[in-house]
Amino acid sequence: MKSNIKNLEQRARILRARIIETSHKANIPHLGSCLSCVDILTTLYFSILRIDPHHPEDVNRDRFILSKGHGAPALFQVLAMRGYYPEQILEHYGEDGGIFAEHPPAPGYLPGIEAATGSLGHGLPLGLGMALAGRIAKKNYYVYVVLSDGECNEGSVWEAAMFAAAQKVKNLCIIIDFNKWQATGRSQEIMALDPLQDKWKSFGWNTHEVDGHDISTLVETLNQFPENDKPTAIIAHTIKGKGVSFMENDNNWHYRIPTASEVMNAKRELDVEVETA
Amino acid sequence: MRNAFANEVTELAKNDKRIVLLSGDIGNKLFDDFKKVDSDRFYNCGVAEANMMGVAAGMALSGFRPVIYTITPFTTTRCFEQIRVDVCYHQAPVIIVGTGSGLSYAELGPTHHSLEDLAILRTLPGLSVLAPCDAVEMRLALRAALQQNNPVYIRIGKKGEPVIHTTLPHFEIGKSITVRQGNHVVLLTAGTMMPEALKAADLLEGKGISTEVVSMHSIKPLDGAYLSLAAKRFECIVTIEEHGLIGGLGSAVSEWYIRNNIHAAQINFGTPDEFMHEIGSQDYAREKYGLTAENIAANIVVRLNRI
Repeated sequence: MKSNIKNLEQRARILRARIIETSHKANIPHLGSCLSCVDILTTLYFSILRIDPHHPEDVNRDRFILSKGHGAPALFQVLAMRGYYPEQILEHYGEDGGIFAEHPPAPGYLPGIEAATGSLGHGLPLGLGMALAGRIAKKNYYVYVVLSDGECNEGSVWEAAMFAAAQKVKNLCIIIDFNKWQATGRSQEIMALDPLQDKWKSFGWNTHEVDGHDISTLVETLNQFPENDKPTAIIAHTIKGKGVSFMENDNNWHYRIPTASEVMNAKRELDVEVETA
Repeated sequence: MRNAFANEVTELAKNDKRIVLLSGDIGNKLFDDFKKVDSDRFYNCGVAEANMMGVAAGMALSGFRPVIYTITPFTTTRCFEQIRVDVCYHQAPVIIVGTGSGLSYAELGPTHHSLEDLAILRTLPGLSVLAPCDAVEMRLALRAALQQNNPVYIRIGKKGEPVIHTTLPHFEIGKSITVRQGNHVVLLTAGTMMPEALKAADLLEGKGISTEVVSMHSIKPLDGAYLSLAAKRFECIVTIEEHGLIGGLGSAVSEWYIRNNIHAAQINFGTPDEFMHEIGSQDYAREKYGLTAENIAANIVVRLNRI
């Protein structure tokens, strides 16, 4: 178990470095948002999801939706590392006519992508539909959706929250990447988000509050799912820009692109030499 | 029309296990028979149309054929973003049914009117837009939609509309249905304006104007082959719809002629660029906006200089 966690942590460090390097090379923003969800994505893809990258459309696969679609630069790296496509094709990131940009493409255009997100508040209803479909079809798959805290501004999130609870959709698990920031300010100041866990609890969900960078706890918590006949919400406390001291909690990195020397410094902090991407 | 919808979707669901019915908290009792067929495939999604559309798209991406049913403005303008992103961008084969379209619910006020749905939905890539003229066409539209691999919007009336087709017509998405033949003018109708169009045709025949009446149930894709021939056959192409003059069938037909570089004299009947601020029945509203057989016929007579 411990060696497995160490392995996941090492993967997360490499992923962070690749994401930062790609941001620089391809001029891709949302670095802070990508870095805050890396540990969650790493945990899901390398420890939790019952998936086979060689059969990305297997009807029995677990579904994963990155509802905070602007985290796609992180997801693209994770999918490559997990074996959905060769890591080398990420060298074409940001090229005209390509597929890798700021948000996930529509399903069918890149293996492993279940939903084209980017406009916030869509991933949870889509995932809820997939979860209900699984129940109707008597399939045993689970659906996982990662949302941002800023995304919880959207009314459709709460529509889905109520409907999932009413329908007792127990095969649906969301993880909220609660980094306390949205595009232009503190998520609590803009929309009075707190108490976020209580909100989900009062909407009829199982809730857990965890450190979203503690992979060991993430694994442990996600392994408890599904618990009963309620959907599950994991409120993962995260740090925007996590892993690089000069990016952490600095919301300028929602849009800023790192310079070559900033990439060097970040990689040094992460203790990673990045050859690809 | 809505009872026929409930009946048809129930019958189809008996054999087609892909069908899931989602209602936006309307149609109390209307779907009791459907629930008897399979309660696991009926969902009252509450008054939460954005979520309902996303849920339907998620189901469609998982192999089902969800059919969404609620009052037209709530399943169109209310959740246009979800139709655009969740359904159309994902090419999710969802069937969206809007009930009480146009001025069906005139007395409920503009919140319940739908005079913009054709205009906005026509813009979405991959979405077929249908407006059947009666219960028979509605049943056929639903069957045809289930054969498609792309999303379909079906705009229907409320209840009690007259049945036009006494036999089963050949129904195909993208092909119009000629209901009555004529030589001088053609009335292209969308949806439930068909009875008025047929009455207008009678009035025109009385003035010696031979009038063809066509159900353009497929607003998108349009029947280009018919439009091409119609430009040669008729002195005037008339469109009639219970929808705004901006962006509906009339606009679609005009755009088609312009794009294909065909000159065709046209008259468009529809509602003006305004909200209706007084109350009134559907008949009152149609009268107010000139959507009556008498007004339609009189305008055509003037246009053709046959006074």
